[in-house]
Amino acid sequence: MKHLRSISELGAEGLSRILKLTESMAEINTRAVPKVPALRGKTVVSLFFEDSTRTRLSFETAAKRLSAETMNFSVSTSSVNKGESLRDTIETITDMGVDAFVVRHKSVGVPWQISQWTNASIVNAGDGAHQHPTQALVDCFTVREALGKQDLSGLNLTIVGDIKHSRVARSNIHAFSMLGANITLVAPPTLLPLNIEHWPVKVSNDLDAVLASTDVLYMLRLQSERMAQGLVPSLHEYSTRYGLDEKRVAALQSSAVVMHPGPMNRGVEMLIDPSDIPNSLIHRQVTNGVSVRMAVLFDLLSVEELS
Amino acid sequence: MSGPDVTRAISRIAHEIVERNHGIENVVLVGLQRGGTWIAEALGERISAIEPNFAVPVGSLDPTMYRDDIGLRPVVAGSASHIPCDITGATVVLIDDVLYTGRTVRAALEGLNNFGRPHAVQLAVLVDRGHRELPIRPDYVGKNMPTQTTDEVDVSADGVIVTSASGAAS
Repeated sequence: MKHLRSISELGAEGLSRILKLTESMAEINTRAVPKVPALRGKTVVSLFFEDSTRTRLSFETAAKRLSAETMNFSVSTSSVNKGESLRDTIETITDMGVDAFVVRHKSVGVPWQISQWTNASIVNAGDGAHQHPTQALVDCFTVREALGKQDLSGLNLTIVGDIKHSRVARSNIHAFSMLGANITLVAPPTLLPLNIEHWPVKVSNDLDAVLASTDVLYMLRLQSERMAQGLVPSLHEYSTRYGLDEKRVAALQSSAVVMHPGPMNRGVEMLIDPSDIPNSLIHRQVTNGVSVRMAVLFDLLSVEELS
Repeated sequence: MSGPDVTRAISRIAHEIVERNHGIENVVLVGLQRGGTWIAEALGERISAIEPNFAVPVGSLDPTMYRDDIGLRPVVAGSASHIPCDITGATVVLIDDVLYTGRTVRAALEGLNNFGRPHAVQLAVLVDRGHRELPIRPDYVGKNMPTQTTDEVDVSADGVIVTSASGAAS
């Protein structure tokens, strides 16, 4: 595989290959010295035009644990501020000799555009409201690990929140449906995308009605600017209808697990302290983030040179 | 080699491991993924029949991440490595199906270091097909089989099949 820009590009076969490879990486991460020489001499640059804590740090940690060199690009201190274009920026960095770009950008399609300007591999770390494939890989791996089974057919996944603007939701819907899960989206109508009838999902506006049949409850962050856009009448109303509180946690099956991609908005979609949720996988998601990104970087950069 | 020949070779190597190490008290068997894992398990079973008073730990190691040809040819990783106990001070017997260039064993030696510092490392292989590229030599050999570099050597419990580039199997 040359690039990882979307889950559909990865395909079902690629999905299971990465998830299997992640198991090996997870074992490496349990060692006293979690480092292997696999990607010696390779250079990975993280190019984040949007803010990030988890994704950026886990990619950097992953690259270092595989012994790759890492380069860091900070938009706020770069020549982008002097008006250098995206293309010139990419070509400049390519000239320094890099093997992979990890890119996050607010515009949809940037990872595809960039791949025309460089021979390096491209990993999409989030493009607008489009795709965030490594987060979906993390979530699939985390659910399989928690449930102790590979096959997720028949699993009921409920995704709650701002579906319309969520790249995490889009990638997860692709990935989990490839693994056979049934997906229900719960959101106010203003936060559902158009044309949702073509998606392989069921839709509900009533969170309480679906809790009892949910195996995996996936909470999305409500981006605060959505209220300014008038999509949510008030944060209070949103939390009352779609926030996760003690009562709703109690209404879940005892085996159900709770996930959140972070960062959390406490008091908005999370009204309960995550440490009070018995089956919270939120910490496992972060831990597994490093192993998954090691698997992705290894899969992209260990391929045969075509030259 | 036929299936029964493979069984006999495993049985002999099991005895040799016990003899060379004066018992198996401090011995750990580590199969190299993927071809060596079933042989390590078979050796473990044979050894526990020879020395019923000790259980010999059997693990597996995936040397992929330590290979020196990553990026030069397609690499397929195995499963997660599993080293069942602390190997510091132990005698580790690395086990593989076929010994060829020695590069897999070199990678495995590097990988093993991440789990501890063994007192000694020995190497057991079912087939030594020659063509070494590194100064690596096995301590226990099922059978020496001269091959061409273009040959394919396929090892299973049912026997060893060498297929030459022209398609003839023996």
